[in-house]
Amino acid sequence: MPWSMFMTADRPPSLAHATPVHSNHARNPGIPLDVAMFEGHAVNRSAAERRAATLTTRRSVKKAYQAAWLLNAIRCVDLTTLAGDDTEGRVKRLCAKARQPLASHILEGLGLEALTVGAVCVYPTMVPHAVRALRGSGIPVASVATGFPAGLMPLHLRLEEIRWAVDQGADEIDIVITREHVMTQNWSALYDEVAAMREACGPAHLKAILATGDLSTLRNVHAASMVAMQAGADFIKTSTGKEGVNATLPVSLVMVRALREYGEITGHKIGFKPAGGMKSAKDAMAWQTLMKEELGRDWLEPDLFRFGASSMLGDIERQLEHHVTGRYAASHRHSPA
Amino acid sequence: MTTVSNILASMDYGPAPEDARIVTDWLGQFPGGFGHFIGGAFTTPGETFEVQNPATGEAIARVSQGTPEDVAAAVAAARKAQPGWAALSGHERARHLYALARHVQQHARFLAVLETIDNGKPIRESRDIDVPLVARHFYHHAGWAEILDSEFPGARPHGVCGQIIPWNFPLLMLAWKVAPALAAGNTVVLKPAEYTPLTALAFAQIAAECGLPEGVLNIVTGDGATGAALVAAEGIDKIAFTGSTEVGRIIRRQTAGTGKPLTLELGGKSPFVVFADADLDAAVEGVVDAIWFNQGQVCCAGARILVAEAVAPRFEKKLAARMRTLRVGDPLDKNTDMGAIVHPVQLERIRALVAKGQAEGATLTQGEAPEGCFFPPTIAADVEPASTLATEEIFGPVATITTFRTPEDAVALANATRYGLAASIWSENVNLCLDVAAKVKAGVVWINSTNIFDAGAGFGGYRESGYGREGGREGMTAYLAHPRPAASRPEAEPDAPVATPGLASAGPGIDRTAKLYVGGKQARPDSGYVFAVPGGLAGLGNRKDIRNAVEAAHKVAGWGKTTGHNRAQVLYYLAENLSARAVEFEGRLASFGIARPAAKAEVDAAIRRCFWYAAQADKFDGAVHQTKTEHVTLAVPEPLGVIGIACPATQPLLGFVSLVLPAIAMGNSVVAIPSQAHPLAATDLYQVLDTSDLPGGVINIVTGERDALARTLADHDDVAAMWYFGTAAGAKMVEAASAGNLKQTWTEDGAARDWFGPAGQGREFLHRATQVKNIWVPYGE
Repeated sequence: MPWSMFMTADRPPSLAHATPVHSNHARNPGIPLDVAMFEGHAVNRSAAERRAATLTTRRSVKKAYQAAWLLNAIRCVDLTTLAGDDTEGRVKRLCAKARQPLASHILEGLGLEALTVGAVCVYPTMVPHAVRALRGSGIPVASVATGFPAGLMPLHLRLEEIRWAVDQGADEIDIVITREHVMTQNWSALYDEVAAMREACGPAHLKAILATGDLSTLRNVHAASMVAMQAGADFIKTSTGKEGVNATLPVSLVMVRALREYGEITGHKIGFKPAGGMKSAKDAMAWQTLMKEELGRDWLEPDLFRFGASSMLGDIERQLEHHVTGRYAASHRHSPA
Repeated sequence: MTTVSNILASMDYGPAPEDARIVTDWLGQFPGGFGHFIGGAFTTPGETFEVQNPATGEAIARVSQGTPEDVAAAVAAARKAQPGWAALSGHERARHLYALARHVQQHARFLAVLETIDNGKPIRESRDIDVPLVARHFYHHAGWAEILDSEFPGARPHGVCGQIIPWNFPLLMLAWKVAPALAAGNTVVLKPAEYTPLTALAFAQIAAECGLPEGVLNIVTGDGATGAALVAAEGIDKIAFTGSTEVGRIIRRQTAGTGKPLTLELGGKSPFVVFADADLDAAVEGVVDAIWFNQGQVCCAGARILVAEAVAPRFEKKLAARMRTLRVGDPLDKNTDMGAIVHPVQLERIRALVAKGQAEGATLTQGEAPEGCFFPPTIAADVEPASTLATEEIFGPVATITTFRTPEDAVALANATRYGLAASIWSENVNLCLDVAAKVKAGVVWINSTNIFDAGAGFGGYRESGYGREGGREGMTAYLAHPRPAASRPEAEPDAPVATPGLASAGPGIDRTAKLYVGGKQARPDSGYVFAVPGGLAGLGNRKDIRNAVEAAHKVAGWGKTTGHNRAQVLYYLAENLSARAVEFEGRLASFGIARPAAKAEVDAAIRRCFWYAAQADKFDGAVHQTKTEHVTLAVPEPLGVIGIACPATQPLLGFVSLVLPAIAMGNSVVAIPSQAHPLAATDLYQVLDTSDLPGGVINIVTGERDALARTLADHDDVAAMWYFGTAAGAKMVEAASAGNLKQTWTEDGAARDWFGPAGQGREFLHRATQVKNIWVPYGE
């Protein structure tokens, strides 16, 4: 008897009602756990590294195109603060930057009227501050939850944390998975956990953080991606930003290939969010190239692609100012996030 | 109007042109065309022809059509420079090669842009692959120059090397040829390809800039006629050619009997094998790097995709999707994946082959390509193994796709080709990968990867893909010579066998019949005739006996797979049994008129030789090359297969043993033609072989007229190598006839070698008996 017959968990409840997050795509309702979609799936690290290394050398985006791509990266940024010393004031400042990520002369120079980031991402207790600060902006508030970053809290508390954050106004919940379930290949436990979290999210979108830096092998990354999607994740996300290794291109490549395969089989479009470690405009270009090459144009929109980053925006702003003025820019002349 | 807002909507890549101005300015400095580079300076241009940028069709330069006189002048310059160059210390030559490497790096962008304009390859490839490998090659060989004396004791340069390179990797092929030649102390006359001569000329300028002594490197441009003149030129000591198998064959025939060492790196039709447990996405990228690299104009391109039936539909779907994202167009645009085909003539050739393939029933899946000298990425399905597209080297971005059921099936399909250059194997099962790597007939095997190159590893083919290796220690040996034995009096033409009765003398004891030895059994000659030889009668072998012997030799495929230890056991056993019958063999030799002490010495030496090759059987092994990080690059010496051996007239026992033993010690099987004058010294061995646990068919012996039998062997398409020790005319005949399947040859004057002395055995014999397979195994988890 195949394993999948034992491991099939209940289908998560349908969440057909409208969500506050703007999306061009129907949400992923999840599917029953199907280990055949990942068990025995080969992922060759050397080959993944080779592809990742040449992805960025095969494509070059210059001048106005580069400016547009950098602007697009800003549209896709989850502007993030996840520090122990976060305060209401700090969050307010971040939200101000989210509303106006570029100095107005840069925006005007590029011929744009308005631009905002993809979302603001904070700890749960900061959600009320962010919601207040972003009111009327249309910018979603994302909250990490489920005992972020380690996730080693009793499940009912983690679910309660999600419900609390949603109740406070969070539009998106970035959950962390229990890495132990991956280490022990306890796929049904992982599936059930994410499915329960998805249910707890209600209308809020669920981004499943795999903490790939903890998962060791790319096969684990692939398997965890598949389980999270089968359990109903709207996005899969690489990292908390707190692991030793955060978003890398080879890991991202494996995850986007997994979501492509999931989409081919189920017809559902899943979003991807690399997080942590991406600091430069160059990184912004590299990951967008990855998305366009491996998944296509749709995955350059904020409903299917987000950057989890904070300092990257500063570098992008400097590059864009250079594009507008022809002079190299200084970051102290831009407003801090 | 393209505004930032518009681009935000489309999210196109946009144009990313590489600025070619500095290169076009340089080309503008030669309004009258380029001369040749001879003796450290450009000659006045002679009759010139046009060089085009294939992407635009625009004429970008004119170069001189090299005449035989130009070639002679270049050879003379190289000859003049050679003694001085060879007299430099290794360190001094290393400094020159190091300077070349540095200057290539400093002019890297210039060379990349020029290469792209001249060849049509995407700037990404010339910038990120070709030119860095060129620099790496010169660095690596600066090292060989430095340590030459200690690493290759006793070796000397050949002298002047004539080198002919193709148009697919113009500068890289120059580096592969020039760097080892110069490191070894040779000087060079190089002819770049007619379509792509410009980077060689730029390199000549760089060499001058580096202070490379005049005449050490000479470049003569021109078409095939210039190449032919270079091959034919007086004063060339070594020829190296990379190009088509067709031209390689012509060169082999042209140089037959000249004694010029030859390295041939020829065509391919390499398999790309995808097993069901492979990382399919990775394998799809592998295909991109295999057949859509350099527009498929790659000799080692994985042109035959073999995919497991179980995953074929998924794989094909992924591959087709990936193909559609390839960007074909302006080679100078940094977003181009595939550039222009090198020349309209080549484009026509690709089109004609593909049209023929379609007429034969192939179904094409194609990407897009712009108007002009471009061909779209193409996958051809419904291609039968015998069809044009599956057998002919297309040298374009066209891969065939075929399914297989089992690993045995995959190996059979992979090896169903005249070529044997490279193979790419995709599976996550290390047992399976290494098993297929061992079974596939190819000089380079990439596991879960493809088209990976490094100066530290050897590159070169099996079968009709040529012989000799380039890169690493294997490549250096091609540019080094060891003193060759020379005869004070060359071996004379042996008397023609006489098959009429009445000439033989009866020996003492009961009459013995010396038959042929085929497949471990004594066989009567097909002709039904015998010929008189000293000591009695020997079978008069003919074509059919050779045919039977070659078939028998192929049936013992297990011999090459058994352990060196097992082969050593057999060789020791041979020594034991030969020793037990030493007196009998001494008597036989003495009956030929050899003095008793000399006869005894010959038998003793034969016994010692068994021990020496038994000792080597499990010790002559390969290497792990230093190449890239997280890659194991294994250099594995493998047996050639079936070797034909024509033995010298003299020392009828020791000569035979000295040639046959190294061949079988390395796992080959042989068809040997014993001394025509004294075959009975070899036929006496039948019983020794029978009693020594030697599998039938490992050694086959056909007596008779040596050159007629050797001719049949040299012509035979299923014989991998031919060793001929005899007359100069016979050597020439063997070399010319061996061009048919490009079998490796080793020819020598039969009287030249002293089989008793140090020249009678050695590692050279083992090198001759093996070919190196380089297996690339990337790792990482």
